[in-house]
Amino acid sequence: MSTFYTATDHFSILPAIMLALFGCSILLFDAFDAFFFGGARQRRWQLLFVVMAEIGAGVGLVKQTLYLAAGGPNGLPLDGFHGTILVNHFSIFFNWIFLVAALIVAVVSYQYLETAGEHHGEYYGLILFAQCGMYFLATGTDLITLFIGLELMALSFYVMVGFLRTEQRSNEAAMKYLLLGAFSTGFLAYGFSVLYGIAGSTKLSEIAAAVAERSPWDPVVILALVTASVGLLFKISAVPFHMWAPDAYEGAPTTVTAYLSVGSTAASMAFLLRMFMGPLVSARAAWEPLLAVVAVMTLTLGNLAAINQTNIKRLLAYSSISHAGYMLLGLVAGNDTGINGILVYLLVYTFMNLGAFIVIIALRRQNIIGEDLDDFAGLMHRSPGYAVLMLVFLLSLAGIPPTAGFLGKYYIFLALVQTGHYGLAVIGVLYAAVAIYYYFKIVRSMFMRDEEQAAPLATSTGVRLAVTVAGALTLGIGIYPEPFIRFAGAALVR
Amino acid sequence: MPGGYLPILIFLVLATLFPIVAILAAKLVRPAAPFVTKLEAYECGIKAASDSRGRYTVRFYIIAILFVIFDVETIFLFPWAVRYGSLQWFGVAEVVVFLAILAVGYVWAYKKGALDWV
Repeated sequence: MSTFYTATDHFSILPAIMLALFGCSILLFDAFDAFFFGGARQRRWQLLFVVMAEIGAGVGLVKQTLYLAAGGPNGLPLDGFHGTILVNHFSIFFNWIFLVAALIVAVVSYQYLETAGEHHGEYYGLILFAQCGMYFLATGTDLITLFIGLELMALSFYVMVGFLRTEQRSNEAAMKYLLLGAFSTGFLAYGFSVLYGIAGSTKLSEIAAAVAERSPWDPVVILALVTASVGLLFKISAVPFHMWAPDAYEGAPTTVTAYLSVGSTAASMAFLLRMFMGPLVSARAAWEPLLAVVAVMTLTLGNLAAINQTNIKRLLAYSSISHAGYMLLGLVAGNDTGINGILVYLLVYTFMNLGAFIVIIALRRQNIIGEDLDDFAGLMHRSPGYAVLMLVFLLSLAGIPPTAGFLGKYYIFLALVQTGHYGLAVIGVLYAAVAIYYYFKIVRSMFMRDEEQAAPLATSTGVRLAVTVAGALTLGIGIYPEPFIRFAGAALVR
Repeated sequence: MPGGYLPILIFLVLATLFPIVAILAAKLVRPAAPFVTKLEAYECGIKAASDSRGRYTVRFYIIAILFVIFDVETIFLFPWAVRYGSLQWFGVAEVVVFLAILAVGYVWAYKKGALDWV
């Protein structure tokens, strides 16, 4: 091994190597499907490839954790490629979220895509490539690395959103997402170029030092801050850069919507935290009011627009927007409780949101789209199991105590009160009450109305397993949160 | 410090004046005799048959994307070629990995028929 690619370098990107290798294998396997199985059997193998990739990536993450726990052979932090990759508990925490999201989505996709008639092997490759991009968003400490990670993730998602090729909605969603995404990425790249201009380096640590030398109100710092924020806030669908979210969520295949709302949001949040708590931390005086305004606008629009939605995917899109607003409030508070709150919130959000989308996936049957509020009518009489689990997810999304969702909101509000942002805390609590209304519209439909369709739900072993795991964790984190909070708290110690 | 920007200021002034002066001078000197044919778009002397904003097959798009990928690949090979002497076998291995990843995409596109015309 030369000094260019050391064992540490290799170790620092081990999970990403696993994902990329299996992703490429799936593509090759698919290209030569005539030599292998073809058809449904081929798809099962490709799903198995995803599972193997995730096992490989998981082993890599465990090894990295053990390495960090032992303090490393030389007591050095695990950074690779001349300080462009930094593996710490923060990145490992996020990578577990990505891993769980990708695995659950891949497992539930099989049945859904089969029903939709667009079951292609590339889909599984794209899931892995997107996750590979997320890996670099969580570990990168260099503008170039982060940018490439973001693009790898975004490009995979553009394709996946438009995966239902014959459906106009899906095409429209992909086109809107692509055009707006490219536009916002342009802003982000512009912000990066200004940051490079300030520091003369693309390394986050050196940019942090250069920004700290200037006043937060220095016009160049403000320019860099505002332009970079446009790109970052777009990705977490914060208002006023949220326009793509409802259309992309509604048009995309529901499995992709689940992956987009959880994986993409978590990765972008990691990126956002890396930027705001890293190079831009000394400009806090400038960005704190900015983010507070954005967070309040996000909460307002997300919650109020959700009230009138009859399409469940659109409703959950607006609910995702409002959840992004809550997470931004944690960053506005900015103390350890706040950042820890964001991490707990993301962990909880992953399971409850995935769970809610899996129930929608189970409602999609031959000739029945199953995305409308009316499709939930009388679900309790048809399949009580799914109805009760959906109730758990909705309670959690609304933030009602025995479930995990309460915990996320609790930490955010605690941090706001600790740092004296009483007004913001009050606004957050008020909008949480609004949210209960639209979540309970679905509950009312499920429990109080008569059933309109007799067709049974599309269940498969994968869907049942995934929805059970999501439900168990949503309840489990709510009832016994201690290990999960410790897990998120460990990520905070940088 | 501002002295360094003086040439740019002079350049800006000249750049603004030059077209104005040229157009005005031409207007004073030339004879004015307008007729319809003069206003037509000149394209090799052949009249335009239709609007250029027509629809065309999406295959061009795929070909264009594939072209961009392999075009950029070549650009990435140049810095490697320049630093070949100091990178040695590490550089060779790295480029092989890079090309192998691109080859996967190429093989996939080829097998999926992206290069077939109709």
